[in-house]
Amino acid sequence: MKVIELKNLSKIYNPETIPVRAINDVTLSVKEGEFTAIVGPSGCGKTTLLNMIGGLDISSEGSVDIGGVSINEMSESELTAFRLQHIGFVFQAYNLIPVLTAKENIEFIMVLQNIDAKTMQERSDDLLDRMGIRNQRDRRPSELSGGQQQRVAVARALAARPKFVLADEPTANLDSGSTEALLDIMAKLNKEEKITFIFSTHDQRVIDRAKRIIKLVDGEIVSDEQP
Amino acid sequence: MILYIKLAWRNVWRSKKRTWITASSIAFSVFFACLMQSSQLGSYENMIDNSARFFTGHLGIHQVDFWEDQIIDNSFDQQALFELDLTNPSILMGVPRLSSFALASHGDRTKGAALFGVSLEEEAAFSYLERKLIEGDYNTESGVLMAAGLAANLNLNVGDTLVLMGQGYHGVNAAGKYTVTGILKFPIPALNQGAIYLPLETLQELLSAPNMISSYSILLEDSQDTEGMKAHIETILKGKELGVMTWQEMLPDLVSSIELDYYGGWVILIILYVVIGFGIFGTFLMMIKERTYELGILNAIGMTKRRVQIMVAIEIFLLIFLGVLMGVLMATPIILYFWSNPILLSGDAALAMEKFGYEPIIPFALNFKIFYNQGISIFVIALFLAIYPMLAIKQLKIIKALKE
Ligand SMILES: Nc1ncnc2c1ncn2[C@@H]1O[C@H](COP(=O)(O)OP(=O)(O)OP(=O)(O)O)[C@@H](O)[C@H]1O
Ligand SMILES: [Mg+2]
Repeated sequence: MKVIELKNLSKIYNPETIPVRAINDVTLSVKEGEFTAIVGPSGCGKTTLLNMIGGLDISSEGSVDIGGVSINEMSESELTAFRLQHIGFVFQAYNLIPVLTAKENIEFIMVLQNIDAKTMQERSDDLLDRMGIRNQRDRRPSELSGGQQQRVAVARALAARPKFVLADEPTANLDSGSTEALLDIMAKLNKEEKITFIFSTHDQRVIDRAKRIIKLVDGEIVSDEQP
Repeated sequence: MILYIKLAWRNVWRSKKRTWITASSIAFSVFFACLMQSSQLGSYENMIDNSARFFTGHLGIHQVDFWEDQIIDNSFDQQALFELDLTNPSILMGVPRLSSFALASHGDRTKGAALFGVSLEEEAAFSYLERKLIEGDYNTESGVLMAAGLAANLNLNVGDTLVLMGQGYHGVNAAGKYTVTGILKFPIPALNQGAIYLPLETLQELLSAPNMISSYSILLEDSQDTEGMKAHIETILKGKELGVMTWQEMLPDLVSSIELDYYGGWVILIILYVVIGFGIFGTFLMMIKERTYELGILNAIGMTKRRVQIMVAIEIFLLIFLGVLMGVLMATPIILYFWSNPILLSGDAALAMEKFGYEPIIPFALNFKIFYNQGISIFVIALFLAIYPMLAIKQLKIIKALKE
């Protein structure tokens, strides 16, 4: 089943002043259960592409379908509601709400979804276990390592039971040990629970773990391989 | 909702220093404003109370022409009142008074004097006249009680004899000799320089006006509740040649000087609030600027802008509430203290107050309205200033915020 379908997608920044064509005519689909890396040199358009897939930014041309639903015409608040229900996000750093503990951060998204307290409790406990951060549950982000913070962020993204998880350079701020640990967890979730991950990266070790590698240069797909 | 409050509360304490500075500046202005208004309202209550007790009552019943032309011929027979039932839970008490002017002389000195014929016993409760006695006896059958300033001018002491000369009812000559049985000292100069109190019957006799009184002064439970009671008494007085007036009607100068002072006070407070407002605004500005990235993340993961706004609004409310609460808590004990121990002025300040006809004290009022006024003012200012963070959230662009 296709979870993401992009047709002739383009993004032009500053169309009135100095136009920058950050994404140029990208057509792409992602199926359920993929573990896909978007790679390419700095400035090639990885972030721009992920932002449009995630409904954080709107395209200049072309269409974005998520689970068969076109998000092109959605209003801002419709998009926000859509992101909440269907898309999990992990950003490069400082993903978490600083004043909430690890557990509260995971539960926060479920509160936004109006999930009942019992389910919420069960899911957050389960996620804390699976991410190996049970002992850090009552710590605030400032008391967690970068790797632990990213694992909490993945847990939060999964707590919402999204169709897929988007991660823009999730390991960019991590040391190699933490990078390995985070990738292990993501790969395991993908393998055992068929969770779809689409992430961007510069890092060769991360690229090596991907099951599909889409290479962008100057906003265009130059290769799409499944090693 | 609990989550919002939890979040907001923790966010408020994120930058403790800023929160304390903002809350303290709000607290200071509330504190200052409460003390100022308390002393203002206290002075007004005191002035109204003094004027009402000594002169007009909160309400006064007179013959219809009396207020226009305050002569003895416009007095009325107190019998007319005895027939009416004026009892009402809002009415504390009422006293009959007969007033007139006369020349008072002793030896070769003569002064104009205001004569007040009163029921001394009732007056002791109404105007606390007995407390003004500094010499002699208060209860007198046919003597007079003299204001200290007038007594000194006439070189009179207790036991001396005073001659009063004037015009009685319907132009009859009025003259009599009276023994000074007591000396009264008034804080209000106008009274102290010219008042003579006599038992009501004594003055009625002097003026050949038996049973006549010029006013029946009424003290109310609440000095501001005059209009309603006026209407009530008017229906009772229907058909008589009598009218009822409120202290506001009888003392228009007092009303306007109170208003002038009250609004003058507000001008000072508005200036203070504008200054404090800039401080509050600075805090609001920082609350948004510092956290643009974080607010962007919240919006990105699915918290609608409306919800982000609610969260920030609760933060703002908590911050303001903390400041107002601190201010009220600081002001309350001080107001309570000065409410039971009014500040007594001395020296030049006291002289200046007396010159304007006021008692030289600063009483404080204990009135919920004071706290309410300041609390509401601060909240209105905050509400107005909160437009900025609310708009900033509305205009937040996720991709821009995430680049911060
Ligand atoms: N808001 C913007 N306004 C104008 N140009 C922009 C804007 N955002 C990105 N760009 C440009 O669009 C192009 C793609 O940027 P993008 O951030 O998507 O690259 P990236 O592949 O994520 O780079 P990196 O690896 O450095 O994160 C770049 O040339 C960038 O300068
Ligand atoms: Mg990028």
